[in-house]
Amino acid sequence: MKNGSRISKEEVLHIARLARLSPSPEEIDKLTREMDSILGFFERLKEIDTTGIEPTSHAVELTWPFREDEARPSLPVDEVLSNAPERGKGMFKVKKVIE
Amino acid sequence: MELFRLTIHELNELYREKKASPVEVTRQVLSRVEKLDPEIHAYLTVTADSALKEARDAEERFSRGESRGLLDGIPVGLKDIFLTRGVKTTCGSRILENFVPPFDATVVEKLRSQGAVFPGKLNMDEFAMGSSNENSGFGPTRNPWDRERVPGGSSGGSAAAVAADECVAALGTDTGGSIRQPASLCGVVGVKPTYGRVSRYGVIAFASSLDQVGPLAKDVEDAAIMLQAVAGHDPRDSTSIPQPVPDYRKSLRAGVKGIRVGLAREYFPPGLDLEVNGVVQDSVRLLEKLGARPVSISLPHTDYAVACYYIIAPAEASSNLARYDGVKYGLRSSQGKGLIDTYFQTRTAGFGHEVKRRIMIGTYTLSSGYYDAYYRKAQAVRTLIRRDFENAFKECDLILTPTSPTPAFKLGEKTTDPLQMYLSDIFTIPVNLAGLPGLSLPGGVSRTGLPIGVHLIGPPLGEEKIFSAAYALESEIKWERRIPEL
Repeated sequence: MKNGSRISKEEVLHIARLARLSPSPEEIDKLTREMDSILGFFERLKEIDTTGIEPTSHAVELTWPFREDEARPSLPVDEVLSNAPERGKGMFKVKKVIE
Repeated sequence: MELFRLTIHELNELYREKKASPVEVTRQVLSRVEKLDPEIHAYLTVTADSALKEARDAEERFSRGESRGLLDGIPVGLKDIFLTRGVKTTCGSRILENFVPPFDATVVEKLRSQGAVFPGKLNMDEFAMGSSNENSGFGPTRNPWDRERVPGGSSGGSAAAVAADECVAALGTDTGGSIRQPASLCGVVGVKPTYGRVSRYGVIAFASSLDQVGPLAKDVEDAAIMLQAVAGHDPRDSTSIPQPVPDYRKSLRAGVKGIRVGLAREYFPPGLDLEVNGVVQDSVRLLEKLGARPVSISLPHTDYAVACYYIIAPAEASSNLARYDGVKYGLRSSQGKGLIDTYFQTRTAGFGHEVKRRIMIGTYTLSSGYYDAYYRKAQAVRTLIRRDFENAFKECDLILTPTSPTPAFKLGEKTTDPLQMYLSDIFTIPVNLAGLPGLSLPGGVSRTGLPIGVHLIGPPLGEEKIFSAAYALESEIKWERRIPEL
């Protein structure tokens, strides 16, 4: 596939919305160019036949450990909220969700 | 006496013999930082007051004969990816510019309980995404060997600080080479342990199935001491390995007699930098002289590793970085109209371009319709890369490769082409995909006076074998630290 045909500006905008990013028109142009070239680089993986190959999600095989469901001390609310941009009544405060 | 130049094991000996004091060493390291760091910019935060207090506590312990061990009173730098209670932790990002964690990472807790002194937090590529430290949200670190050049990344601040004696040793993280590549470019020792050997609890996540914590140090023995201090199972990290941690220092003098050292043809491509190749070949000869046996091996899927990595790592990153939304911590943009808009404004203002692009790539490859073609495919290729190593380790005990295809490059040299930058991790990335331990140690210096690292790869939990070979090699390599004084 030649350059400039793997991903369109519209797709880049759609992906940006999913990722909660609002790139400027210049950034969209740059991202479209760069993503096109990176997706082109990924094409080489198509050369490999992976039928029947199970995926690796973690490199070392572990059995997932179980533990007793016991209450343990957690951080005081005040410390948990200490980095909150806005707080109130022991909670994180955000802008209105439903208009 | 220039105590700041010494290693952990040398300082510990002086401490025990009361020939040097932790306070004196810490003062020297701090004044070194004050003198050099305006140029090098290895530090993002310097915690001089608390470091001196920690040093005084250590000194008291030594005077009472109650030392906590090898790291007691040793100034250890921390990459700014490790959460430190009460000390700002930015991960190199403007989005965390004012974040002050309410708890310590497990590795910080461990170092603290062993008496380490913390002079500060070290510069890095934003969210550990980069190979040059040019992606730091707070300005790049410069290579102490040549200030026009990069220190490597993403643990570039850690490598530069150790190289310039701005700390005695440091902790970094390695997702695709982020400890070993900067170690190579700055002429220090760097270790990426087996995936799961060190707890990731309290380490800001980039790509969770690849991230691993490890040391950067002045020599192999110090690297072994540092890994010893932080390794081990942690109930708070369910991916940490339950196997007991061996005594790494014991393995140092085991030698390499009869060890089969694998040389994979795929790691010596025709265009490889001649000096890099020369340094690796010198190491092969030295190992042979010491009784090791070089064997030719093949890792046939090497050529696909970078593409595989640049699908898997951004996919995991796009998910991990969803948490930076301006609600619980970090930057919140005041421009947002309503909650959703606040997410958009905050993330757009807070992330740098490289991070945004990786989030975009990851979101794309995980989005419906593309998941099988990219992410699932890359995970299957990952299996093949892992099997390459499994097969190779039937024929050899260790693998020797270059760490980085070139010595340190100039600032700005690779910033315009992301793929060029990505390829500087070509020899380190497969090791993360396979979850193996890897170590870079200084192998020599280029004609232009830049350090060149050699890379040892071991089988899962093969850290001891790597340390034995690295220690043997280190004592044979004619190595001279030639950092120009600033």
